[in-house]
Amino acid sequence: MNVTYDIIIVGAGIVGAACADELSRRGMAVAIVDREWIGGGATAAGMGHIVVMDDSEAQFALMRYSQQLWHKLRLELPDDVEYEQTGTIWVAADEEEMAEVRRKRNYYGQRGVPVEELDAQGLKHLEPHLRDALAGGLRVPDDAVLYPPCGARFLMERAQQSGAKLHLGRSVTQIGDGCVRLTDGLEMQAQYIVNAAGTSAGDLTSGLEIRKRKGHLVITDRYARFLRHQLLELGYLKSAHSVTTDSVAFNVQPRRTGQILIGSSRQYGAEHKEVDHEILARMLRRAEEYMPGLRAMSAIRCWTGFRAATRDKLPLIGPWPDDPSLWLATGHEGLGITASLGTARILADQITGAAPEIPIEPYLPSRMMLSQTLKEPANA
Amino acid sequence: MASSTPDGFDVLVVGAGPAGMAAAVRAAECGICVGIVDDNAAVGGQIWRKSAEEDVTEDAKSWADCLKARQVTVLGGMHVFDQPEPGILLAESSDNRSVLHYEKLVLATGARERFLPFPGWTLPNVIGAGGLQAMVKCRLPIRGKRVVVAGTGPLLLAVAAYLKAHGAEILKICEQASWLTLLRFATSLLTQPAKIWQGIQLSQQLGGIPFLTSSWVAAAHGDKMLEAVTITSGSETETIDCDYLACGFHLVPNIELPILLGCEISDGFVQVNDLQETNVSGVFCAGEPTGIGGVELALVEGQIAGLAAASRIAEARHLFGKREGFRRFARSLQRAFRLRPELRMLAGPETIVCRCEDVMYAQLCPYTSWRSAKLQTRCGMGPCQGRVCGAATEFLFNWSLDSARPPVFPARVESLVAVRDIKQQDPQKIS
Amino acid sequence: MRNEIALKVNGTHIVVPPGATVAVAVALAGQVCRKSASGAPRGPLCGMGICFECRVAINGQPHCRSCQAFCEEGMDVRTNG
Ligand SMILES: Cc1cc2nc3c(=O)[nH]c(=O)nc-3n(C[C@H](O)[C@H](O)[C@H](O)COP(=O)(O)OP(=O)(O)OC[C@H]3O[C@@H](n4cnc5c(N)ncnc54)[C@H](O)[C@@H]3O)c2cc1C
Ligand SMILES: Cc1cc2nc3c(=O)[nH]c(=O)nc-3n(C[C@H](O)[C@H](O)[C@H](O)COP(=O)(O)OP(=O)(O)OC[C@H]3O[C@@H](n4cnc5c(N)ncnc54)[C@H](O)[C@@H]3O)c2cc1C
Ligand code: FES
Repeated sequence: MNVTYDIIIVGAGIVGAACADELSRRGMAVAIVDREWIGGGATAAGMGHIVVMDDSEAQFALMRYSQQLWHKLRLELPDDVEYEQTGTIWVAADEEEMAEVRRKRNYYGQRGVPVEELDAQGLKHLEPHLRDALAGGLRVPDDAVLYPPCGARFLMERAQQSGAKLHLGRSVTQIGDGCVRLTDGLEMQAQYIVNAAGTSAGDLTSGLEIRKRKGHLVITDRYARFLRHQLLELGYLKSAHSVTTDSVAFNVQPRRTGQILIGSSRQYGAEHKEVDHEILARMLRRAEEYMPGLRAMSAIRCWTGFRAATRDKLPLIGPWPDDPSLWLATGHEGLGITASLGTARILADQITGAAPEIPIEPYLPSRMMLSQTLKEPANA
Repeated sequence: MASSTPDGFDVLVVGAGPAGMAAAVRAAECGICVGIVDDNAAVGGQIWRKSAEEDVTEDAKSWADCLKARQVTVLGGMHVFDQPEPGILLAESSDNRSVLHYEKLVLATGARERFLPFPGWTLPNVIGAGGLQAMVKCRLPIRGKRVVVAGTGPLLLAVAAYLKAHGAEILKICEQASWLTLLRFATSLLTQPAKIWQGIQLSQQLGGIPFLTSSWVAAAHGDKMLEAVTITSGSETETIDCDYLACGFHLVPNIELPILLGCEISDGFVQVNDLQETNVSGVFCAGEPTGIGGVELALVEGQIAGLAAASRIAEARHLFGKREGFRRFARSLQRAFRLRPELRMLAGPETIVCRCEDVMYAQLCPYTSWRSAKLQTRCGMGPCQGRVCGAATEFLFNWSLDSARPPVFPARVESLVAVRDIKQQDPQKIS
Repeated sequence: MRNEIALKVNGTHIVVPPGATVAVAVALAGQVCRKSASGAPRGPLCGMGICFECRVAINGQPHCRSCQAFCEEGMDVRTNG
């Protein structure tokens, strides 16, 4: 491995794969290194909901941008990526949450995202298996679902077709100053290095603070036509984003197979990948409350994954101020499947000096340096 | 659904085959509270699966009687799918769930048949050898049906004899092992009179049925159902019309639950000490999961585990010598029925390997590990959780499975929620 | 003890002896248990509750292993379930 590349990407998750694809299609000589296989990290654990969120203006911009990139890409996606434009319904349990439906409706509407407000009847009509006496919801028809590991593989294969070199099963111990060192002592050189190592990104770049946020998911056997949209409770906004306490939320997804993927949980400070039974039970109880029909369904598997979280809940996309050769593409927390495409675009724009299509300042890693003392937002 | 009731046991046994029954009986003899749980409705495991029509063997009956006499709590029709914390197992049946508390645990989860993919193996009526036997015990009419028995292992002969006794027309028995290895195996049995006697009985029962060695099924044919099979010895092939193909390639141990509990596994088997205790203190293992060795070994191991779990160490030691003899037999079994490499070539590019998700052989070829193949192709992601295709790809590609995750058996969402009840109720001992 | 059990497989009445599993009832009814993910017919493989090839719907509950379930009077069995 004595070749010199323009860029070496550490991490073959969906973010690394999207960056490899984008950069190599812009003519750069790219290499990707991963200690496992493509998409074996958080990408293997994620739900694959392609969703627009509006916790902040900056989050919205990146998510909407990315959602539209996925939409454009959909015709090229192979069958096994299972891209399905199911739409999202944000479910409101009561009048307070209906107020949130309206706020969201206005917010999305003003920014050109098609939305549809649903009353109780309209909700029941679209998703008859939801429990009775819910207040209504907001339907976002542009949202979609896909199967992340195959999405990552597709992007990586396209990168390889544009000349990218993939090195799997190789662990990186050190990066910086244009050099990537592997566990077997080998070194690779490049003009730029992109740290896309997900939750491990902080191990490779000192001073980079990435926190793990653990999540649980459960998949059922096949129950065709039981569920049509990805459903999320709006209580999500009140509970699940709490920064300090463990939380669960009703979040279910129809897979193309007819299986139902049930989420979601968020835990800080949990390092072990083992299933936490207490939180799993809470999560499933929550799901049952919203969809009693889930109760009798056969669950085939549970698993956990870790989201790479930053303090301000925005990803890190851009140069690392301490090392001119080092770039970051990580910290996407629970949204990296969606945001991978937008991330790759704006990273490549910065590297190649092209004009980005959305403002990039909110994602620049340099903000972390400036805001060392910034407090956690209480309810982002 | 009935609400879950927590049950508490001094010794809990998972699996009510010979090993589990023996363990439960021996443990219960000292008056402690013993429970035994099995996915099957009745006790007996695979070999002593009860048939509605006929009586079970003397042995089976006497162990079952002891279970009753010793007031062992039998939880039938329940599979154990999770251990939320040490000392607590979750189990569910078709209409109930249980939280089972234990002081000591004996894992006697037995084995299943290994299935290997070949063209046509997914056709209805291509079925495991033990599988067809079990179906016949459950009243599948077999009289007059034409059956080819194929694969490897001593089970083939037992099944052929059973089916023949029930009126099936056994067209052929195809054993992939060579005549020479079988001869060596038979010679190794010379120290085991019981086995020889069984062998002689079997060969009498099977008299007249063509028994081919170095022979295996190359393909099964049929439109919507099995109609014929092609058997081969590598050089010669022959196609035979039949109603059933009973086909299994020896046994693979059920070690998913032991893995979940943190038991050490080596070469695919649960590692135990002299007293059948695993590296997890208080968790014992007996029968097929520690090595495929047949019913006699299962019974001794089960007894040792049961005695040890009840702290009757001296009595347990008395059985060590007996166990050693049967272990030798287990080792020669393993050698004799090793799979020949030609069997790796049977699957064509379009042959299904993962039957739950319909993943074809060619789809798997690009991958280097079970996990990457699973993530990319869905192989092993269905409800069997890789129990069938995992054992096949282990042989085909040398892949080893990743860790076991709960539930180790598909379970209803409501049963997974049962863990919350643990905190709310204390176990009541049943005696 | 009764000497036969009556149940329905895909709406057709069928009579089985006691001790028969639902898998056997399905076979006696001349049906296969299910269609695979790609639409191929499938029947029991392991006969012992491991492989899940024999799944049917029993009394409206889908994905039941028919080899592990015994027939009961009046049961409603649907294949492809
Ligand atoms: C439970 C859960 C649900 C989620 N649901 C969604 C969702 O619905 N929608 C959505 O958009 N997002 C979702 N996400 C988030 C999404 O999964 C992640 O943001 C995304 O997968 C991150 O991709 P990545 O490429 O940055 O990281 P990863 O996929 O983790 O990739 C990092 C790669 O780097 C490699 N690596 C790390 N260190 C080294 C090293 N030292 N040497 C070599 N290689 C290394 C790893 O092997 C890994 O392959 C969810 C996440 C979780 C946990
Ligand atoms: C299909 C089959 C047919 C066989 N037929 C014969 C034969 O005809 N003649 C012969 O000599 N040998 C036969 N054998 C071999 C014989 O079973 C073994 O040699 C020996 O009897 C094994 O005893 P055991 O107690 O270890 O396991 P088993 O008899 O296999 O018993 C294990 C029990 O554990 C239960 N179990 C497993 N996991 C769980 C769980 N998570 N929850 C609840 N219950 C669980 C299973 O349902 C099973 O009843 C057969 C094996 C198989 C697999
Ligand atoms: S035949 Fe395998 S589970 Fe029923």
